[in-house]
Amino acid sequence: MAGTTHAPRTLAQKVWDDHLVVRGEDGNPDLIYIDLHLVHEVTSPQAFDGLRQAGRPVRRLDLTIATEDHNTPTLNIDKRIADETSRIQIETLRANAEEFGLRLHSLGDIEQGIVHVVGPQLGLTMPGITVVCGDSHTSTHGAFGAMAMGIGTSEVEHVLATQTLSLKPFKTMAINVEGTLRPGVTAKDIILAVIAKIGANGGQGYVLEYRGSAIRALSMEGRMTICNMSIEAGARAGMVAPDETTFAYLKGRPHAPEGANWDAAVEYWRTLVTDDGATFDAEVFLDANELEPFVTWGTNPGQGSSLSAVVPSPDDYSDPNERVAVERALEYMDLVPGTRLKEVEVDAVFMGSCTNSRIEDLRQFASIVRGKKKADGVRVMVVPGSMRVRLEAEAEGLDKVFEEFGAEWRFAGCSMCLGMNPDQLAPGERCASTSNRNFEGRQGKGGRTHLVSPLVAAATAIRGKLSSPSDLTVED
Amino acid sequence: MQKFTTVTGVAVPFRRSSVDTDQIIPAVFLKRVTKTGYDDALFANWRTDPEFILNQPIYSQPKILIAGPNFGTGSSREHAVWALRDFGFDVVLSPKFADIFRGNAGKQGLLTGLISEADCEKLWDALDAQPGVEMTVDLVEKTATLGELTVSFDVDDYTRWRLLEGLDDIGLTLRDEAAITEFEGRRPAWLPTTIPARHA
Ligand code: SF4
Repeated sequence: MAGTTHAPRTLAQKVWDDHLVVRGEDGNPDLIYIDLHLVHEVTSPQAFDGLRQAGRPVRRLDLTIATEDHNTPTLNIDKRIADETSRIQIETLRANAEEFGLRLHSLGDIEQGIVHVVGPQLGLTMPGITVVCGDSHTSTHGAFGAMAMGIGTSEVEHVLATQTLSLKPFKTMAINVEGTLRPGVTAKDIILAVIAKIGANGGQGYVLEYRGSAIRALSMEGRMTICNMSIEAGARAGMVAPDETTFAYLKGRPHAPEGANWDAAVEYWRTLVTDDGATFDAEVFLDANELEPFVTWGTNPGQGSSLSAVVPSPDDYSDPNERVAVERALEYMDLVPGTRLKEVEVDAVFMGSCTNSRIEDLRQFASIVRGKKKADGVRVMVVPGSMRVRLEAEAEGLDKVFEEFGAEWRFAGCSMCLGMNPDQLAPGERCASTSNRNFEGRQGKGGRTHLVSPLVAAATAIRGKLSSPSDLTVED
Repeated sequence: MQKFTTVTGVAVPFRRSSVDTDQIIPAVFLKRVTKTGYDDALFANWRTDPEFILNQPIYSQPKILIAGPNFGTGSSREHAVWALRDFGFDVVLSPKFADIFRGNAGKQGLLTGLISEADCEKLWDALDAQPGVEMTVDLVEKTATLGELTVSFDVDDYTRWRLLEGLDDIGLTLRDEAAITEFEGRRPAWLPTTIPARHA
């Protein structure tokens, strides 16, 4: 802050320091101010119930916003929701919003959609702010240089009541990605490669900062895809320092500062970089020039490899625990070691989720499938992240591209990312999915998930086997 | 949250060890949207058995649970504490608790006192000899008394202080409300708001 001189600090430390309300003594946690609280129907009911019981109001309604996403249907959105649990969660959020005075974007509203798509698109997610949500993929917002964390229901109640959180400082890890991505390789491939490298728990206890020329070259959508999956490496948050790309994305958005406020904001935002000489607790290096399209073959996001590889064998692993985990994953995924990944046939392709459902993701998918027909017997679902994205896509005619291709063009929500709504895989079905989790049963009981980029999803939908765009021949 | 000093009430000799949170409250009850009203969910799978101890009329309004070691293992669901509280329990005494359960309990006004295995057996025997008898748990003295028998229990100083003061997490933070308000006064004007501030 003004007038204070600091030793060199990382981006994460700067944001932390600027939100310190009370410093914890003797190893007690710090009290950190929260600038933006995003709310959805799954993790908020008990938090509001807790406030009600204690007779407490929401401290800062003007820093809180809610949307419906996990349970919303993506077809027939004007009909009553059939599943009782889903309907009750959504109705409860509506009643709580009414009672406490919360801004809520309900099904049918133009700003309704996945909470992590809605915040950035409204311009509410900004560099240097603290963002929380009762959802692990809150890390998405770190793409703007915000400190964004997923929290549990009792913390949701705590933030509603106090606009603060008690937190212990995190360790920091630099993820350096230098070089230029080859054509057909995207942000999704970077993050899948990072997680495969450091492991699904490799980021535990850390805030990751993604750095290097390959990160700088990414669009905001690409950075969001990367930060989104920080949690899949076990990290508490992921961040990218703001730059001209960030400012250009924000400028003119509904909640972005204007006039003199914009200038003041940008001046501050420019200071949000890791200082030369600041040290990270850990560092990882990745060569972007070497990266290929990536795919997961197992049941956690760390179990992935280049699409040009073969299904690994448990014998490739020296650690006995890992060997057992791989064996179990391959059994669940019904994959035989040594099979070329490009020969693996899929039943479904899911294009959506908070990882890859923004307009740029849809454009990438459309660029591959335009004028083509999907493979016979493969079900292809395209689910925009928000209603605004849906309308934007339609204004560009992407809906026609998808429909002519043979894909289902749906309304906004989490959809088959976790199948809380009717969009689910049947037992044994195999899906190439642009989402972020390939856990057993994640997309439906017994369903098998391969995590991929939008480009790989598109090529796979055309060939019916896991594929990258470079595998497409003229006939395809 | 209520301030906690002493509790006097019916104690249940719960001769079971490694009671996990799935047994305390089965997953099917997690679909609910409230934070209270879980009394019917507590030990739901066991309560279908008429012989189950909490189905005995003398134990219909208990306040203290004396459980075997490793109470509260398994998934970290906060509902386990809500269900015990809703059923009427203020105290669980056990020779060992799972950490996350114990952390959740301390935040929600449920005292988890650590007793020795020998004292646990003594309390069970004494309670079996006089089913339905009341006992007193004193958090100030960290003792549990049943007639002539008094045993001491352990609880960490921080949790004890919070329980004595009746402070939940939010209450604790609101002790710093002046600092929060002061911080809010320093926030730059260009920071995002989701609605025009009501009190602007
Ligand atoms: S799209 Fe998937 S990961 Fe993202 S918030 Fe929804 S359920 Fe969670």
